[in-house]
Amino acid sequence: MTKIKSLFISLLLTLGVSTAIAGSHGSTLDLVKERGKLMCGSNTGLAGFGAPNDAGVWEGIDVDVCRAVAAAVFGDANAVEFVPTTSKVRFTVLQSGEIDMLSRNTTWTLQRDVELGLEFVGVNYYDGQGFMVRKDLGVSSASELDGASVCIQVGTTTEMNLADYFKANGMSYEPIPVETNSEADAAYLAGRCDIYTTDASGLYASRAGYPDPSAHMVLPEIISKEPLGPSVRHGDSEWADIVRWSLNAMIIAEEKGITSDNVDEMKNSKDPETLRLLGVSKVGDTGAGYGAWLGLDDDWAYNIIKQVGNYSESFEKHIGVNTPINIARGLNALYKDGGILYAPPFR
Amino acid sequence: MSSSISFTHNKYYSWCRNNLFSSWINGIITILSIYFIYEVSSFFLNWTIFEADFVNNFRGEKITDRTFCSKNIEPGQHGACWAIIIVRFHQFIYGFYPVEEAWRVNLVYGLLPFALVGIFFDNLPFRKYFIYFTFLFPFIGYFLLYGGAGLDVVGTSKWGGLLVTLFLGVTGILLAFPLSIILALGRRSKMPVIKTICIIFIEFIRGVPLITLLFTANVMLPLFLPEGVRPDNLLRALVAVTLFQSAYMAEAIRGGLQAIPKGQLEAAQSLGLTYWQSTRKIILPQALKISIPPIVNTCIGLFKDTSLVLIIGLFDLLGVGRAAVADIDWAKLHYEVYVFISLVFFIFCFGMSRYSLYLEKKLKTDNS
Repeated sequence: MTKIKSLFISLLLTLGVSTAIAGSHGSTLDLVKERGKLMCGSNTGLAGFGAPNDAGVWEGIDVDVCRAVAAAVFGDANAVEFVPTTSKVRFTVLQSGEIDMLSRNTTWTLQRDVELGLEFVGVNYYDGQGFMVRKDLGVSSASELDGASVCIQVGTTTEMNLADYFKANGMSYEPIPVETNSEADAAYLAGRCDIYTTDASGLYASRAGYPDPSAHMVLPEIISKEPLGPSVRHGDSEWADIVRWSLNAMIIAEEKGITSDNVDEMKNSKDPETLRLLGVSKVGDTGAGYGAWLGLDDDWAYNIIKQVGNYSESFEKHIGVNTPINIARGLNALYKDGGILYAPPFR
Repeated sequence: MSSSISFTHNKYYSWCRNNLFSSWINGIITILSIYFIYEVSSFFLNWTIFEADFVNNFRGEKITDRTFCSKNIEPGQHGACWAIIIVRFHQFIYGFYPVEEAWRVNLVYGLLPFALVGIFFDNLPFRKYFIYFTFLFPFIGYFLLYGGAGLDVVGTSKWGGLLVTLFLGVTGILLAFPLSIILALGRRSKMPVIKTICIIFIEFIRGVPLITLLFTANVMLPLFLPEGVRPDNLLRALVAVTLFQSAYMAEAIRGGLQAIPKGQLEAAQSLGLTYWQSTRKIILPQALKISIPPIVNTCIGLFKDTSLVLIIGLFDLLGVGRAAVADIDWAKLHYEVYVFISLVFFIFCFGMSRYSLYLEKKLKTDNS
């Protein structure tokens, strides 16, 4: 990708257009403010993570991160324009400046973080490859799957992870190759395979649509790391900080028990970190709040919590156990609740 | 006896006898075919209409998500659950266009036939005024859809569904038509520079898939332009679609041009007509008439190809449908959504094909 990009840039140099590009490296925050709305790359439709509802409003935990950034920058969580991106164009659209940030179930990997010139600012969902089986199969752990037939999407990393996992555990399996998610659902439901494997969040979303979701279970073993998170372009660390801390603010709010309902009362809290987060405390005796460090208003985090909610509220509303998708917090619980969700201290 | 004679003379009977039951084998095939057609059509009609849910399910409850669909409540119910289309109708037709502004889109949809009728039918009374309107329509339509000067601005990112499909399809075809005539004439021109440019353009565009052009317009173009200069996403797609269509249509028209005997041009020249006069009055009318089927063919192809814009993040009819299926409230209602989308595409494509037949019949002269 960088090769293609550098090729284009050298092309531009020869064309003499480069001055226009070199001279216009404004800060993303200024550009966003000038435009009056945030441009956020979303999925073209993934239930619970980012999909338009019946009224055409985007919903999901990924698009909530965009809303949080808009609330932080503008004080208005709805000052976002969602640009639906497919997995093929998502990075190019970000690099070309079409969008200010990408929040679209994207796995943080070395190549994407470094070679593609992205900056992942955190993780808003820890995903991983899992297995789904019918409950009447009587299996409770992936270690009992020796000799099973597995529906697997061809040409994906999940295919390789599967081979590695079975090999490492000295088990054999019969692959049933399928092309798409819906084909996998059909094959699995028709009994052509014992197991369906893909990212656990995908398994939960698939299961939610089955005629009898309770007849299927996702096994506890997760065999790969898929940290999904929002990303921005390389080269504007101030902007990356804003997106990073917007996400962190949601996580810290959950930690401190601040919700969209009680955020106003929490302004009278005794907890110093809560007061710093909500913009009540000032930095030393400068009279300025913590928002100034980010170039934002002091009530930026207050606006996020008030308008979007904390991490837990977003999670439970879109993918939690009370939604059809029915995902338990698991890894995505706070560190103190047995998960690995952990935000740096707000000070 | 006399009754059986009159019976055999019944023309329906003899038609059936001759065409459907001329031998034992044919008779069996006919009966099997009728049975097959009955099975398929009764299944399809039951699914789409008789057993289907529209607004309410079989208990009379209003359907607001898939759990209310009859087939998800009663195992015995199999009908389609059209509520997904009805509840999301606004998205299918207008995309994310604000509900209170939807009248503007309706007005454009309503005016569209008036803009097209002048081009389509030449025996229309007051045709001249309709043609004037046709030329004004792009500006009126754009003003109505986009807004400005008193109307609220609705950015193209809010457009979607059928609106985007029709916008790209109709505008693309209408803009490509004049361009393709120029390209076709240019390719047959005797002037080497013009001829080379036209050949390179046509061959280049035809040599790459539409999706590549869309990608180039969508993600490559911004890399060339200075930061901050962002031509509208939809407009970029429209340019790509228009260029693509013009190259294909140009080749269809060139086919028509080549079918015109050389004598026609020579006769025109011997009458003292200039190149433009003979082209406009003699060559093009005949060439375009011959080219109608291939032109319509490319138009239908393009209309369906517009669904590729989903890949560059524009929500056309198909994109809106996919988003509907992705919504967990409506998950697994693929069949309903795809059948509906096919029906919409079929109506437009079949309409185009019928119009081309009408045109061919009307323009048919004895010498061809």
